[in-house]
Amino acid sequence: MGLVFDQIRWEEKAILETAKNRGVTVNLIDAKDSTFPLIGDEAIYWDVILQRCASYFRNLHSTAILESRGYTVINNFQVSLVCGNKLFTTLALLKAGVPTPRTHVAFTSEAALKALDEVGYPAILKPVVGSWGRFIVPLKDRETAKAVFEEREYMYPLYQVYYIQEVVERPPRDLRVFVVGDEVAAAIYRYSFVDMKTNIAKGGKAEECRVTNEIRELGIKVARAVGGGILGVDMMETKEGLLVHEVNPTVEFQATVSATKVDIPEYIIGYLLVKARR
Amino acid sequence: MKVKCIECDCEFDAPKDVIKGEVLTCPDCGLELEVVNINSDPLEVKKAQVAGEDWGE
Repeated sequence: MGLVFDQIRWEEKAILETAKNRGVTVNLIDAKDSTFPLIGDEAIYWDVILQRCASYFRNLHSTAILESRGYTVINNFQVSLVCGNKLFTTLALLKAGVPTPRTHVAFTSEAALKALDEVGYPAILKPVVGSWGRFIVPLKDRETAKAVFEEREYMYPLYQVYYIQEVVERPPRDLRVFVVGDEVAAAIYRYSFVDMKTNIAKGGKAEECRVTNEIRELGIKVARAVGGGILGVDMMETKEGLLVHEVNPTVEFQATVSATKVDIPEYIIGYLLVKARR
Repeated sequence: MKVKCIECDCEFDAPKDVIKGEVLTCPDCGLELEVVNINSDPLEVKKAQVAGEDWGE
């Protein structure tokens, strides 16, 4: 198999170790110093390629090329495209009937203020592309919103896609559900001690979460809605039940392994082997 | 194999199975270092990029 990466973190090292134990030969493809010819003969052929670039754009574009060359890439281009963009994810979730926070989108600051009148204050402004909680801003009132939007007007056009979401009443934690193919491998609670962001990369704490039938069914439904693969589904607990707010296509899982003792790399390699045989 | 931190000169041992591209953390100053060449002693490293605007899960 091939493994495209831009850094070898704990996760990639764990995947490599498991592959070695299973007798799987892995060719590492460093996206930073590789070239990706769009046509020509292959020097090497991989049965399956695992995409692990932390950079979303590097991830998406290298997947597009590798797929066009006939490779099976996990996750595939369509899944990465949908999950890497919060708006596309929300649309896929809504189409599949997955409960998700009420969201409005606008393309100018004036329209975004109108959208906020619909959603109500406080609301959350999120960039459609981005992770680890970056540029996610709570908008407490109209004055705050105007100030934030003014800044956004000077930023890259992607930040002028105003994705505005209702604030969901929930405990100070969310759920990260790790889905591999049609299986829910594990789930953790992620607690926030600093602010509303529960991302482990932002200092959140992980704790094991028992995978209930509700979590399992919703996790699989979400995976199918976005196209399947290896995914981290983020859910929030509300009085009405679970809401899905994000789906991650290149998941970190050190905290999940540590909290649950579930062998996530084993799930990943097992899934890749199945895909490689097809 | 040894690694020499490019920030604080601290010398520390790399894991036995270290590979190119691996990110190591200097035990002294905490700087994240990316291994760029495993055929040198000490290992050739550069300051690792720890985050980009589009980085994340």
